Amino acid sequence: MSLDLESCTDDERPTAIVIAGEPALCDRRGALYFPGHGLLCVSDMHLEKGSSLARRGYLVPPYDSAATLIRLEAAVAKWRPRIVVSLGDSFHDCDGAGRMPDNLRAGLAALATGRDWFWVAGNHDPQPPAGLPGETVNAISLGALTFRHHPGPGASDGEIAGHLHPGAMIVQRGRAVRRRCFAADGRRLIMPAFGAYTGSLNVLDRAYAGLFRRDGFMAYMIGAQRIFAISGGLLRPG
Amino acid sequence: MTIDLRLGAATAPASLPEPFVSWFAERGWTPRAHQIELLGRAAAGRSVLLIAPTGAGKTLAGFLPSLVDLAVRGKRRPGEAHRGIHTLYISPLKALAVDIERNLSKPVDQMQLPVALETRTGDTPAHKRQRQKLKPPDILLTTPEQLALLIAAPDARPFFEDLRYVVLDELHSLVTSKRGHLLALGLARLRSFRPRLQAIGLSATVADPDALRRWLVGQRPAGAMADLITVEGGARPDVSVMDSQERVPWQGHSSRYAVPEIYETVKRHRMSLIFVNTRSQAELLFSELWRTNEDNLPIALHHGSLDVSQRRRVEKAMAESSLRAIVATSTLDLGIDWGDVDLVIHVGAPKGASRLAQRIGRANHRMNEPSKAILVPSNRFEVLECRAALEASTIGAQDTPPLVAGALDVLAQHVLGSACAAPFEAGLLFEEVKSAAPYAELHRKTFDRVVDFVATGGYALRSYERYARIRRTADGLWRVAHPRVAQQYRLNVGTIIEVPALNVRYVRTGSGLVARGGPMLGRIEEAFLETLVPGDTFLFAGKVLRFEGIRENECFVSNAPGQDAKVPYYGGGKFPLSTYLADQVRLMLADPARWKALPEQVADWLRLQADVSVLPKHGELLVETFPRGNRFYMAAYAFEGRLAHQTLGMLLTRRLERAGARPLGFVATDYVLCVWALADLGSMFRRGKPSLASLFEEDMLGDDLDAWLADSWMLKRTFRNCAMIAGLIEKRYPGQEKSGRQVTVSADLLYDVLRSHEPDHILLEATRDDAASGLLDVRRLAEMLSRIKGRIMHKELDRISPLAVPIMLEVGRERVDGEAGDALLSEAEQLIDEAAGRR
Repeated sequence: MSLDLESCTDDERPTAIVIAGEPALCDRRGALYFPGHGLLCVSDMHLEKGSSLARRGYLVPPYDSAATLIRLEAAVAKWRPRIVVSLGDSFHDCDGAGRMPDNLRAGLAALATGRDWFWVAGNHDPQPPAGLPGETVNAISLGALTFRHHPGPGASDGEIAGHLHPGAMIVQRGRAVRRRCFAADGRRLIMPAFGAYTGSLNVLDRAYAGLFRRDGFMAYMIGAQRIFAISGGLLRPG
Repeated sequence: MTIDLRLGAATAPASLPEPFVSWFAERGWTPRAHQIELLGRAAAGRSVLLIAPTGAGKTLAGFLPSLVDLAVRGKRRPGEAHRGIHTLYISPLKALAVDIERNLSKPVDQMQLPVALETRTGDTPAHKRQRQKLKPPDILLTTPEQLALLIAAPDARPFFEDLRYVVLDELHSLVTSKRGHLLALGLARLRSFRPRLQAIGLSATVADPDALRRWLVGQRPAGAMADLITVEGGARPDVSVMDSQERVPWQGHSSRYAVPEIYETVKRHRMSLIFVNTRSQAELLFSELWRTNEDNLPIALHHGSLDVSQRRRVEKAMAESSLRAIVATSTLDLGIDWGDVDLVIHVGAPKGASRLAQRIGRANHRMNEPSKAILVPSNRFEVLECRAALEASTIGAQDTPPLVAGALDVLAQHVLGSACAAPFEAGLLFEEVKSAAPYAELHRKTFDRVVDFVATGGYALRSYERYARIRRTADGLWRVAHPRVAQQYRLNVGTIIEVPALNVRYVRTGSGLVARGGPMLGRIEEAFLETLVPGDTFLFAGKVLRFEGIRENECFVSNAPGQDAKVPYYGGGKFPLSTYLADQVRLMLADPARWKALPEQVADWLRLQADVSVLPKHGELLVETFPRGNRFYMAAYAFEGRLAHQTLGMLLTRRLERAGARPLGFVATDYVLCVWALADLGSMFRRGKPSLASLFEEDMLGDDLDAWLADSWMLKRTFRNCAMIAGLIEKRYPGQEKSGRQVTVSADLLYDVLRSHEPDHILLEATRDDAASGLLDVRRLAEMLSRIKGRIMHKELDRISPLAVPIMLEVGRERVDGEAGDALLSEAEQLIDEAAGRR
């Protein structure tokens, strides 16, 4: 693997980790890159969540898909991956792909051109996104790694999953700081949600019970300038 | 009774009809001049603002026109249709409405008046609300939020068709907030139902009565005003500043030094009301007083986070005069007279002359006896401020804040409510809105943008046409697009945004999280609770409590011994120093002749400052620079209040950074801003690189402010409130599950996206307007920068000056606020590295 970390500006500098023996880089935008496979992974983009809320009467700014895709484009431009995996809940609902404005659909199609693009099925979007390139699958295996949307029960070596939208909280000098994070224990990793309008769930919530070993559990919290590797023992619930 | 509708007609003194004359006589009372005066003006068809001190019989005066009118009108004959509401009474507090119902039903019963009197608040059961719609009472006592709901109902017009009077209580406190904006819009709607509607405003003394007079009546023509009746206060209050024998501390807010003297003062009076500025201070002072309370005097605690039943118990004990002292915050500011209070002790500086006057008014409900008050400054600068407040009280100076223009988020809510009531024509609604004083200057273009926002979000990218909440139909009227819209409106009505908080419930020691059902102590903000781990102790409801854990929406606590309890902090509730008092303090500093009135130790402090440094002349800004340790400090004595100083601190550090001064941090109090840096600030300013004049140049409010605002947590918080009020996102109510975080979209995320894609959106405009007078106090900062232009005095010192000691003691003690997220994460990250021996 060859990487020129020096050429990265501060906020571009990724955090290097190892999952089930596979080296990976956490990108501050919320994406994960496996240099050994040329694979870029994002999860829970929830595209068109804005219009989904609008349909229910809350007219939130309609720019979330654009904002999410701009970030995705930047990550793709940075890592030039051979393979892109969108790890489920790529769209907020089943007809999300159909509602997305044409220019964004075209942009997404362009992004997928010249590389392998996988849509992993999620609970929000079990069907393939209509009219977009890429292959819809339930899971992908590559080397020691398995990519699926919903984390499997119990410890699971080499699993990269999403769905839970991990976030973490620390308390320092009397103040709580809450951020999205990559949650990992060296064997498996759960991806932060990539979408512009996606919230997060604390990694100490009972929804994560049994997924991680206590030993070596880390939250890679996404700060304003870079990623901070915080040991599990320092995290707080809430 | 005839109604004279000619405007400005001279009003003959009204005569009180029977049974009122006898009722007064039987009690040995004479109607007061202002009560008769108000009756006369009301009979002449006028709206009236009554400004009177506590104890002047304000409430009775306000209701007298209604009662007299209703007494004359007589009972509804059998078979006659039910009449609508005759008089609507609106109070800022539910409790006040309930209290007034009790007080007013006495004369109504005693005179056997044919008057039905009812309250309608959030607590009123659904069946009673239903009944009120079918059989409206003559007098309805309610809150601004309930009025908004009533006028948004399809049957609003018949309900209010017979309305004659609106009585607005505590008007001075309502008009300064967004609640006041919503109420003004509601009042405009009532006037369009009933053009002859008369408003009667009851208010404490304010700086600008004309603004309130305009507020009460429709602004057609612009500038129209209600009549004014002012009742002069009785005897001047007897106010003093506690001349402590102890050493007054340099800084801090605990006033711990004065506790023995406060206690002795309490012992010498029947019942003392001890006001403090924040809930944290109330908890601290209460626990300190009990530590001193060798005689076991009944001393109670009252603040807004305590459980309601607890507060009601304290209020009842007060009314029965069975307490000797009550430590209280502003929750006791409003309304009702409280028993036999003969002394007000104000601990900490009052921050405003009018605020002090209103609080002192509590001390005595017989207006001809002087109220007695003692001010207890908690530090040396507060001594100056207390002295200024005392002098203001002697001359009756007022410094209530000026009214601000109506907020656009509130207007959006009102527009949606209007559509829920009935289809509207935009031009007519615009005229109605403009008749409300806060919106008198509104432009049609802005109004149309607000309507567009309500309809489809008002985005340049017009992608939500198909999800519109209101639509204009072929007849030119705007209608609700879906019944669900009205339902959402009702759930989100109002302008009060609750800070997320959890109930605090008591469990027995050792029972941990297993037992439930202990008594509830009150509510504490989530932001504080999430910093605790089980076993931590904190001070609340006058007890030392052990934090056991959180389950769902409750925080479990048990009794704990212990000294080092933390004190919960509460967002908001801190009033900045008023411009008037700030100016008085600057005048006092500049004039050594006035120091004689100050305690000797404080006068000495100022004399020492004059010796080793200098005191600023009135109108000047003194900036001191000095080295200390391996850092260089700059202290600016601006006296513009904490919020404006914080904003100034943010902007100055940016500029110093660019000038290569390598600033490291700043700290702000109400009086001083202190910035520290690695470079020698004194010598930089001396060489004019940069000059202080250019550092404090007004243009910092341009690009620098914009750039900083972009990421400011304060602006995000302001946006969140605007977004909820405007109906962009759901309001969250206490008790809603917080696991919803994953599902609902946070206002911060919306803000980021909106700011980068549509920075001119109307909701961002509303947010910036809010911030200018709210959390950032930009307006005040702007006034200061223009005032001190060319009048900055730089004093380069080789060591800290006496005046700088208080602020230097604050350095490093401040709780870290919003912006520092990355720095705190970095600290946490390093902890591990250190532990592992990697650093």
